Amino acid sequence: MENRLRVLRAERSWSQQDLAERLEVSRQSVNAIETGKYDPSLPLAFRIAELFDLPIEEIFVSPSRRSSGAI
Amino acid sequence: MARTPAWKRYNWRIIWLSLLYCAFLLPAVYGFKHHLIVGPMAWIVATLPALPIIGIFAAMGRYLVEEQDEYVRMLMVRQMLWAMGFTLSVATIWGFLDNFGLVGHVDGYWIVVLWYFGQSIGAIVNKATLGASRC
Repeated sequence: MENRLRVLRAERSWSQQDLAERLEVSRQSVNAIETGKYDPSLPLAFRIAELFDLPIEEIFVSPSRRSSGAI
Repeated sequence: MARTPAWKRYNWRIIWLSLLYCAFLLPAVYGFKHHLIVGPMAWIVATLPALPIIGIFAAMGRYLVEEQDEYVRMLMVRQMLWAMGFTLSVATIWGFLDNFGLVGHVDGYWIVVLWYFGQSIGAIVNKATLGASRC
């Protein structure tokens, strides 16, 4: 799933390891989510959203909206 | 490779179970080789080395339950599915070849070795498709 995780992380000058520690997951997981190779579960998506203090839809791009050209 | 706390616990369990396996197997081999074990005791001694192997399967299940990192857990599940598919496929093919007398009979415990080999295939597939592997 396309997302803005890398941008949001860069804005805060966090490394993937920094973000991983804040989310209590592995750096491998952060990398997989950032590159769109893995879609996080809803609880993890909420943790990410709460960490950045943003709604989920401002971090993750809905695949259906993306395919319909709404975004 | 992500060394999560659950992964470390899993590794320790595997080490202890492997040591237990050796502790059961070596005396059993010696005892049977020198005809020291007979009667009902033979059944017990012959079964004992299998128990730590069963423990390893249980440790794998426990690892999946304990792993908090969902991505790492998914990698392991994918590896296990590849291992299961590979093992069942080879066992089925070998079974038919054996039935029709085309290959020799193989001891059942080799299925565990196949399983581990299947896990390696799963790790390679993970690496190829996701750029990551569990082990």
